Amino acid sequence: MQYNEIINPGLYNYWIVIFLMMIGFYIVIARGNLVKKLVGLNIFQTSVFVLYISMGKVVGGTAPIFGEGFEVFSNPLPHVLILTAIVVGVATTALGLSLVVRIREAYGTIEEEDIHAQEEDF
Amino acid sequence: MAVTAIVILRIKNLFTVVMLGGIYSLLSAQMFVNLDAVDVAFTEAAVGAGISTVLMLGTLALTSREEKSEKKSSRTFWLPLVVVFSTGIALIYGTLDMPDYGDPNAPVHHHVAPRYLLDSEGEVGMPNVVTSVLASYRGFDTLGETTVVFTALVGVLILLATRRRRKDNDAPTLADLEEQEDDA
Repeated sequence: MQYNEIINPGLYNYWIVIFLMMIGFYIVIARGNLVKKLVGLNIFQTSVFVLYISMGKVVGGTAPIFGEGFEVFSNPLPHVLILTAIVVGVATTALGLSLVVRIREAYGTIEEEDIHAQEEDF
Repeated sequence: MAVTAIVILRIKNLFTVVMLGGIYSLLSAQMFVNLDAVDVAFTEAAVGAGISTVLMLGTLALTSREEKSEKKSSRTFWLPLVVVFSTGIALIYGTLDMPDYGDPNAPVHHHVAPRYLLDSEGEVGMPNVVTSVLASYRGFDTLGETTVVFTALVGVLILLATRRRRKDNDAPTLADLEEQEDDA
């Protein structure tokens, strides 16, 4: 592969997305606090949204709403899919948070290590 | 956005983490406006930055505000880092075949999207294509979404309702109170 093919400015949007995604992933697997894990999951999720929306962008296009004087529109399909995904994402976050609340009541902590320690004591 | 995400990773105070999560969401909403996705932007600003932040703050009120600083063994530090880096490199390798940003000839723009853009005004009668696709062409998607939200709501209610019942059981019953009065 040639140099200018690898360092292609047209792919920067994907790389930004991957960077954000990996930060979210790292928070999820490396941090023990359950609320922080959920925030990391949200970061991961939002970066996937950005990936989809940036794929739908067309250079010189506008938002896909008809109006006089606009001919080029961005692709509306990713927008629709991500609208659905955002709402579903909040629903699953709410479910995760209520699980955290229950775990806190059962174990008295929301740190993964403490929970494991208590499990081993039994 | 990247700076916000890294600060979220480093900081221990969970209240700050949650507020930064809201800021991150708001920044991503601005990004969506730049990428022509106005509907997505205001959904993200209202739902992502608004409702999830409120939910997270509610959870913090019921649990604790500080993350315990844990002793790092070398295994818990290096293993996730290696996993994350290898995943990232695999993903970047995958993007090398992707179409360029904003390329009108990308395959995404030549499947159903032209039909939505050309015919939806005549068929559905909405100037906003996103609305007509959401409510008409992909109506079943939206129905499925509503089902997911409903199921999640039922789950949350079940989880939190058992909690309240248990609290009631711990509370002194009427018989206990009468006994106390008798003792007095």
